[in-house]
Parts: sequence; C-alpha cells; structure tokens
Amino acid sequence: MKFVNFINNIDKRWIYLLVALVVIIPFVFPVGCPMRITPPVQSMYNYIEDSIPENGVLLVGIDYDPSTMAELHPMAKALTYHAFYNNLRVLFVTMYPQGSGMGQDIIDKTLTQWNSANPENQKELGRDITLLAYVPGVSAVMLKMGENIPATFNEDAYGNKLENLPVMDGIKTYNNLNYMVELAGSSVVLSWLMYANGRYKMKMGIGTTAVSAAEYYSYLQSGQSNGLLGGLKGAAEYEKLITENHGYAGRKDASVGMDAQSSAHIFFILLIVLGNIVFFIKKYKEGK
Amino acid sequence: MAISTSIWIWISALLTLAIYSFLYKDNPFYKFAEYLLVGISIGYGISVYWHNTIITKVYNPLVHDKDFLVIIPLLLGLLMFSRFFKNYSHLSRIPIAFIVGAGTGLSIPSSFEFLFKQVQGTMPTAFTIGNLIIIIGVITTLIYFFFSMEHKGFIGKVSRVGITFIMIAFGAAFGYTIMARISLFIGRIQFLLSDWLGIIK
Repeated sequence: MKFVNFINNIDKRWIYLLVALVVIIPFVFPVGCPMRITPPVQSMYNYIEDSIPENGVLLVGIDYDPSTMAELHPMAKALTYHAFYNNLRVLFVTMYPQGSGMGQDIIDKTLTQWNSANPENQKELGRDITLLAYVPGVSAVMLKMGENIPATFNEDAYGNKLENLPVMDGIKTYNNLNYMVELAGSSVVLSWLMYANGRYKMKMGIGTTAVSAAEYYSYLQSGQSNGLLGGLKGAAEYEKLITENHGYAGRKDASVGMDAQSSAHIFFILLIVLGNIVFFIKKYKEGK
Repeated sequence: MAISTSIWIWISALLTLAIYSFLYKDNPFYKFAEYLLVGISIGYGISVYWHNTIITKVYNPLVHDKDFLVIIPLLLGLLMFSRFFKNYSHLSRIPIAFIVGAGTGLSIPSSFEFLFKQVQGTMPTAFTIGNLIIIIGVITTLIYFFFSMEHKGFIGKVSRVGITFIMIAFGAAFGYTIMARISLFIGRIQFLLSDWLGIIK
C-alpha cells in the first residue's frame, strides 16, 4: 500500500523530468531502432517518383506555423529534396500568414544544402522553386486558383511578379500542376480536399501532425488522397525512402528523433500500465 | 560541432527554456516569453496582411494598374469598421451578408460532393475482412447516435458494438496525440542539443 500511495501522490514534475531524460538520452546515445515503410508513405513517394514527368510541378501547401514545425518541416524538406532529385518544379503555397516564414525557411535551407552538395545540378529560386505570396481568403483563394493561379497571387513571397518567373511557365490552373501535398496541422486540409481535389480533380496527398493523422485515414480509404505522412514518423519514413533510392546524405531531422520517439512511447506504455495496476490495487484495498 | 555563436539561436534557445520553465511552476520568464510570442505573432500577421493584401491587392491595382473595380471590395471591407461607430454599426452587416452568402453558395456544392465521396468510401468494391469491418463500424456507430429509439434490446446491443468502435477510434486518436506531443518536444530538444549546444550532429 505504501508503494500505491507513493505512486498516487507523486509530484507530476518528476514525470516531466523523466520524460525529458527519456527523450534526451537517445539523442546522445542513439540505438537506431528499425523502421518499416508504411503503405500510405510508399504510395505518395511512388506517385512523385513514377507519375510526374521531368519539369512537372509539385504544389506543396505550407499551412502550418512554428507550433507544429517539428513534425511538418521535415516533411516539407524531404518532399522538396525528392522533387529536386527528379528535376521537378516546386511551388509552395500557404493559407496562413505564418506559413510564409515557414516556406521561406524551407526554401533557404534546401537550396543552400542542395547547391553545396550538387554543384552539377544547381537549383535556383524563381526557376526551380518559389513560394506564392500569402493571400487571405482560404476557400476563395483555392477556388480562384482553379481559374487563374497567377491572377490569384500576382507575385511570389519575395515580391517578384509571377509572369516573370520561369518556375511559373505554363502554369495557369490546377490542370497544369501534377500533384499536391498539403502539409497542415489543422482542418485547412479539408478545404483543399473539398475544392482542389473535389471540384478541380487535383491529385492530392496529405502530410499532417500525428494528432490529426487518425482523422485523415478515412480520406485515404475513400481515394480522395493517395498518400499520407503522419507526424514525425511519416517524415522519417520519407527521409528513409529518399536516402535509400536517391542517396540523400543531408541532415535527417525526423529520423534522428525516432529513437527518442520509441523510448518515449515505451515509457508512456509503462506509465499507463503502472497507473492502471495502482488504480485497481487501490480500488481492491478500499473495497475490502 | 560547438556551441552556437549566433545571437538568434541563443535568443531562440533561451525563449524555449523560458517556456518549458512553466513545467516547474509559473514564473516571470514564462510570462515574458508567452507575451512576446503573442505580440510578435500579431505584429507579423499585420505586416503580412499589410503587404500582401493592402499593397498587393488594393494599392497596386488601384494606383499603378488603374483598376477601379477594386474600389467595390475596398468599400465593402471598409464598412466592417463601421462597427466601431454606434450610429453606423448596422452597415457592417452588408459585407458580412456578402461573405456569408458567397461563402455558403461556394461551399455547398463542394461539401455535398465531398460528403458523397466519404459515403462512397463505405461501399465495398470487394468482399474482404477490412471492408466488412468498415461496414459494421459505420452502421453500428450511426445507430449509437440514433436517439429516436431507446437503446434497448436489439438496438441496445448494436449500439454497444458502435460504442466499441468509437472507443477504438478514441484510443487510436489518443495514441497519435501522445506521439504528436512528444514529436514537438523532440523538435525542441533537437534544436537545443544540435543548433544551440552542438552536442549532436
């Protein structure tokens, strides 16, 4: 009973400290837990790899802010690298004001790292990649993109007129884009599915935070999306795919966190089991 | 790798620690970081709106391109500010009515199509265990939310199956929630150990 009382009265700050240790230790002493590629991630990878012709266009929705960047930033980075390996053009679009900062950060980092690692195949802002300027309106913006993308945004987030950018060559509506991956931790995914996919038949994949992933499996099953990256694990799987198939050697933001994720999950399972055992022992003793 | 010499990395790291200090107890460092976040987010949002909406969508078309049609949405937008004046506040209903009307008109057809695709997804194209589980799950869950009949007898048994499916969905969602929260913490720890302290690559 002493142990039961101790567990019941433990200060939650000790739990926080233990969680911190359980997450930090695997970073310093990595184990390299095995990771299996799940079908929704493989499906998205395969579509970008096999179904988009060279110089095709990948539209990436950067609909998140710093609060969820830990999960979604690695996805955006991995997708951009994958597009670069296949010589695709990348267009970033955002429905969030804070998404502009996120998109520009990804573009800065990927261009710098790619160009230093691949001097023979340099990528350029405005020619191979850009971020469309943020325009408020969400559903109105998505619908107008179906009629005229350059007229919807006028310029990119760097202040360049879209008609002067080579990356926009031949792009007028969704019909001129090959695929879209929407990265978001909110319900804006549903608007993209409703308007871009539903009304304009844009082929789509979803990258979302783990907390929303369970909700979006139903859109995979219905065929509205053909791929799903769920949380840090989804991003790590994608990093693994581009590493195995294209020899990606850059920093793997998601993969390095997988050991910590696994150890934290084991710790939480133990806590849940312990909490239940203590609960039932206490209930039994009180009933006596 | 060595400890960072960038002032921005240091500011970011110290603010991260200030936020996490709340886990010990509420303190002035946490309050400072929280207020700073709210202030900067609003300031950043206003600057983006100013450039991408007022300048790009109103000023440039009106002044440079002489597109005077922009005056109509501009006036509608300005009417929203009539809420600040008691005698004219009713005028703000005009743009609100426009937004509600146009928004509803635009979304209804797409919403139906969207919903029908979800319904279509529950109709099996082949007889498999997975499809059978989907059908049973959808029907029993819908019956659980059918409140016009008392949940007794056959209906009661079916709705109990429905609640089982709902509980499994909650369990999956909770598992994913833990994963998400830990992922966010991992992101910060990675930043502190790698970008700030340079302990890991």
